[in-house]
Amino acid sequence: MSAPSSGGASRDGYGSALLKLASDPRVVVLEADLGKSTKSCLFRAEYPERTVSMGIAEQNMMLVSAGMASSGKIPFASTFAIFTERAFEQVRNGIARPGLVVHICGSHGGIHTGTDGSSAQSIEDLAIYRTVPNMTVMHPCDDLSAEELTLQLLNHQQPSYTRTARNKVPRVYDEMNVKKIRIGKGNIIKEGNDVAIIACGVMVNEAKIAAEKLANKGINACVVDMHTIKPLDGQLINNLAKECGCIVTVEDHSIIGGLGGSVSEYLSSNIPTPLEMVGVEDKFGESGATAELMSHMNIDSDAIVKAANRVIKRK
Amino acid sequence: MARKCRIDIVEMVHKAGAGHPGGSLSAIDLIVGLYGTGFRFKIDDPDWDDRDRFIMSKGHASPAVYSILHNLGIITKNDIDGFRTLGSVCQGHVDMKWTDGVDFSAGSLGMGLSFGLGCSIAARMDGSERNIWVMIGDGETQEGQIWEAAMAADFHQTGNLNVIIDRNRIQNDDFMEVQMEIGDIGKKFESFGWKTIEIDGHNMSEIVEAIKEATNDRNRPCAIVAHTVKGKGVSFMENNPAFHGKAPNDDELKLALEELS
Repeated sequence: MSAPSSGGASRDGYGSALLKLASDPRVVVLEADLGKSTKSCLFRAEYPERTVSMGIAEQNMMLVSAGMASSGKIPFASTFAIFTERAFEQVRNGIARPGLVVHICGSHGGIHTGTDGSSAQSIEDLAIYRTVPNMTVMHPCDDLSAEELTLQLLNHQQPSYTRTARNKVPRVYDEMNVKKIRIGKGNIIKEGNDVAIIACGVMVNEAKIAAEKLANKGINACVVDMHTIKPLDGQLINNLAKECGCIVTVEDHSIIGGLGGSVSEYLSSNIPTPLEMVGVEDKFGESGATAELMSHMNIDSDAIVKAANRVIKRK
Repeated sequence: MARKCRIDIVEMVHKAGAGHPGGSLSAIDLIVGLYGTGFRFKIDDPDWDDRDRFIMSKGHASPAVYSILHNLGIITKNDIDGFRTLGSVCQGHVDMKWTDGVDFSAGSLGMGLSFGLGCSIAARMDGSERNIWVMIGDGETQEGQIWEAAMAADFHQTGNLNVIIDRNRIQNDDFMEVQMEIGDIGKKFESFGWKTIEIDGHNMSEIVEAIKEATNDRNRPCAIVAHTVKGKGVSFMENNPAFHGKAPNDDELKLALEELS
């Protein structure tokens, strides 16, 4: 699969999707003083009358979104991933419980955010939203897939949480093949049968790099973009377990409860398979440049290669 | 109507062996007054898009809401008899997913005013004249989100949004003056840019006048601070923190029904 080398941050894809969604008059955008960061500012510039500024008040934003959804609107509400967590109970009780279709976007997720330090680095958002009934949880890997998945939310009948990232990464998709991805279906980026590397978000790119390093050592790794954490694509995981016999999960998120946790739950209940999880090891991040921080936290391509070698030995 | 609702409330809570009679009895005159004063809804079409909204944020006072819906003919006696039982449309706290005529899923305090604000912004976007009414408890104003919503309602100039504050001065554990007195709620809302009206929340003519005044003022959101008595109408429940969240026993029910008959 060829891909252009030019990069885009997934938050850019969210912003451009909102603009495309504007043709549906039901779509409204809510922001909490971070529109320039989440990229909802693109919508605000063109459609101020359908943009609702909530100030720095995330709890209020979630319930205002719920009220608008109950009145026939399709709200897209965004702030930093970490600050959506402040309103977790509002999302749980005010949005998910009554099944109101509000789409929440948490940008700047993970330690990839970098120099802002640990207070801004959400490493638990995927885990907490995954536990909430009715919620769809996604973490796209580049701008094009973030745009495509956000566009698909227009006809999605459940509330959702989508984590986007601050920093640009090389594109995994191009404008043609991105049209094939679907909410709830993982996507094989590279075929392989020695080990399956299941990644999400910015780590899909690291997984691709790791697969190249493994190939140099004669190991043929399969790389999967598991952009939807919930509902999890169990069918694909089942096939990967059978085909490869071992799995590595990779996420810029705590290894507790996120992608690794989800895959682990699925495997242990359905098809016990050796698994190694690459992610943040139950600790907070710190300030640092993105690349050095990912290396420091053991979530870069080298960490994936090591995990792959370990898990292959366990087959 | 209010008397019939009060009977429903005490019977419902007694039958369930659980629930919140105190805050239901303090709120019921206000709710009856609201539904009887131009509140736009359709009994045979509770989901009508352009209905006025009544958002019961103090969702534990669900018996008050179920009693009015029953007496209006939106839900049945059988429905309210099932209060708090498995599969019943009358859940412990009001829930829009379960009950016709309920506009909000409550149960966690502090959220309803924000929800109402969302409804009012949506109504304005739609060019609709529908009114949005939210009821909150006075203890509920201890939740910070109430003030986030109050601030935002002023900023967004939602003249179609009104809140009724059931000022009964008692919360779950004790009197507010013991737990966390909030002081002059009206002044606080006023300082957030709201029009405020203070009334006796058990005087029907004052209730009706306040609702009309709030409805007619489309320039800014309006807060009606309704001074009420917790447990109003049942002597041993009145102003008694014990009956915030306790069901009457058989003897107490008998006494209550005698007083309400």
